[in-house]
Amino acid sequence: MATIVAEATGQAILHEEHEQSFLRKYIFSTDHKVIAIQFLIYTLFFLMIGGLLAMLMRYQIAWPARGELPLGGIFPESMVASGYILPEFYNALVTMHGSVMVFLAIMPMLVGVWANYLIPLQLGTHDMAFPRLNMLSFWAMVPAGILTLASFFVVGGAAGAGWTLYAPLSARPDLTGVGLGQILWLAALVFIGLSSILGSVNYITTTINMRAPGMTWMRMPLTIWSLFITAILALLAMPVLSAAGIMLIFDQTIGTSFFLPEGGGQPLLWQHLFWFFGHPEVYILILPAMGFTSEILSVGSRKPVFGYKAMVLALVSIAFLGFIVWGHHMFQSGMNPMLGLTFTVSTLFIAVPSAIKTFNWMGTMWRGNLQLHSAMLFAIGFVAMFAIGGLSGVFMASTPVDIYIHDTYFIVAHIHYVLFGGSLFALFGAIYFWYPKMFGRMMNETMGKIHFWLTFVFFNLVFFPMHGVGMVGMMRRIYDSTGYAHLQGIEDTNAIITWAAFGLFASGFLFAFNFFWSLKKGRKAEANPWNATTLEWQTPSPPKHGNWEEIPVVYHGPHEYSHPDVEDKDWLAQNERPDVVSPAAGSH
Amino acid sequence: MAHAATAGRVPERGLDVYTQKVGMWVFLCSEVMFFAGLIGSYVVLRFGAADTWAEPGDVLNVPVTAFNTFLLICSSVTMVKAFAAAQEGDQRGIKLYLLLTTLLGATFLGVQVYEYIELVLHKSWQGSHGFTPAAGLYGATFFTMTGFHGFHVLLGVICLAWATIRAWRGHWGADNTHGIEVLGLYWHFVDLVWIILFTIVYLI
Repeated sequence: MATIVAEATGQAILHEEHEQSFLRKYIFSTDHKVIAIQFLIYTLFFLMIGGLLAMLMRYQIAWPARGELPLGGIFPESMVASGYILPEFYNALVTMHGSVMVFLAIMPMLVGVWANYLIPLQLGTHDMAFPRLNMLSFWAMVPAGILTLASFFVVGGAAGAGWTLYAPLSARPDLTGVGLGQILWLAALVFIGLSSILGSVNYITTTINMRAPGMTWMRMPLTIWSLFITAILALLAMPVLSAAGIMLIFDQTIGTSFFLPEGGGQPLLWQHLFWFFGHPEVYILILPAMGFTSEILSVGSRKPVFGYKAMVLALVSIAFLGFIVWGHHMFQSGMNPMLGLTFTVSTLFIAVPSAIKTFNWMGTMWRGNLQLHSAMLFAIGFVAMFAIGGLSGVFMASTPVDIYIHDTYFIVAHIHYVLFGGSLFALFGAIYFWYPKMFGRMMNETMGKIHFWLTFVFFNLVFFPMHGVGMVGMMRRIYDSTGYAHLQGIEDTNAIITWAAFGLFASGFLFAFNFFWSLKKGRKAEANPWNATTLEWQTPSPPKHGNWEEIPVVYHGPHEYSHPDVEDKDWLAQNERPDVVSPAAGSH
Repeated sequence: MAHAATAGRVPERGLDVYTQKVGMWVFLCSEVMFFAGLIGSYVVLRFGAADTWAEPGDVLNVPVTAFNTFLLICSSVTMVKAFAAAQEGDQRGIKLYLLLTTLLGATFLGVQVYEYIELVLHKSWQGSHGFTPAAGLYGATFFTMTGFHGFHVLLGVICLAWATIRAWRGHWGADNTHGIEVLGLYWHFVDLVWIILFTIVYLI
């Protein structure tokens, strides 16, 4: 890990702690870059765990009658008995795959890693506003991870009521057979909420108050805009989930009945609280990905982002609309159809800013000088996959269509097109793109391109057929679909999906190998390997403790590529004045 | 770069407000949503089961809690006085008012603990002895909302005690008021939440 943090040379003026112990420097660090790397390692680990859970599920879905689970013997008898995945364990797999991926992998990878890493660097400041709170926001995730992993091994196994934790299923142990596991998962959720709220306070305050001189709001890179808006969403949505989660814990432990009808409580209240959080959460999971994509597409097309202001307004309006559409998850809950109609309309509105963004990405690439490196491939992949996921979202926004496909594999396909094809593709792109800044070395391009094509092909083989499987009515969390008359004839499709899923999981290891191999063997990266304009590229790779010897001054917007007045290069850094770079420009 | 060299290690720009204060306002937005979640649930649950609610004063001891509310409002006043004293560099005033605020906050907690003990041990509710969180939605919402508010008061009292100790060491002064102001924001917020909770839980 020696390459992770450059030695403090004593020239970082504002930071007096040069001679830090190993513990202070890498473990209990307050440096935003180290915290980001801690988050990265943490989330990559949980990405693998979440993937592993999915593989077990896919085995069960494809071959429910076969048994013979490879390496089935390593699981306790309460999970896998004589090669068969038990139904209770399958429930835990479904629940924890979703929970781990959303809360311990994708969300902290989008926000914990990149907001931490990029906000101070792209805004041109030394560190976050509250470095110690920032450290706490990482360390609050550690008990969350431990509780989650531990919950698999307690009596009754891990939580089994689905990641949405619908009451009363989640509130009464006798319904799922899961008692302690459910409580542990909710406790983990409270820690995740704490981490997320502390992080958001930091990101928002830093963005509001610590921008470099000249970094006006409309000169901020779109990555920062997206992370800023995301932080606001997390700040306002997470506490509602925490409140709801705590009430659910009370239902399980101290005999309250907030969500239990037999005690006068209301199961629907849980759904409202959960989705009041849950829908903004969906945008927490996609907005940063949109930011990274805008950034990478602009750099990789050597053109400014098409419609910068429209992009910002689209982000803001998606975030606002995100708070008033939660009911579209509940069309089947028996709510008033009039109310359902309102939620349908507000949801359809979201298609407008989403389409603005998609067309602007295409406008950015149009006639650009495309550099098809791995980061760019993933960014283009994001746009394509997000378009598919976004369009299937329009289907289910409409109540009558949703009633037909509710809780089927069509929904599974949709969520994975936006969360994997969307968020995770953009995250892979972001890692390829900012890896040289983080670690001072380039990732291997050949492996990166192979990784992209394998991921792209296998991803579509896994999730596209799920639309069809869902249309014929395969239920979303079904343990064994072979016994239903209407589901005869989809066994082969399910087997193909499972084989492709194995391929998808395996291609992740190529990425992991590339990631760790490049730490030592990657080509050394210069400060600005992509000829990019934003501030993080105008300081050494990796940046020193404190980031800057002198705070940069910003003269113009973030994406000045192929500037007509600049003669000998096709980019103009945010801290370069055009009339200094190309004296001729000064006469305009 | 006009105001680049204000207090703190990191040069500040953006709003003309120091970073800790912005941070506290941002944090309080999140706290608003937390209590909005609890209070919103309370409203929904109470409307759904209005006949199971007790009349005001039947179960809860309103006069004692009204007195407690008065204490908490007074503590907001002393908090303001502490900040004013800090701005003027009045060391005696800082110590006095921080100590008073801490004591008022601690007394509020003490009365709340007394109230809980009385309810759990000595109150009868719907035929069973003891009014606990398991006593229907009325008990569940009461203990959850007042309990989480009490937890916030506890955090505030701990921070206030720490600020008071610092006052005795001469930490605060006209050139160092930020900590008191930020703590004051939090304390007023907790006070405000209590006024809402007192109204909807005890009075109506």
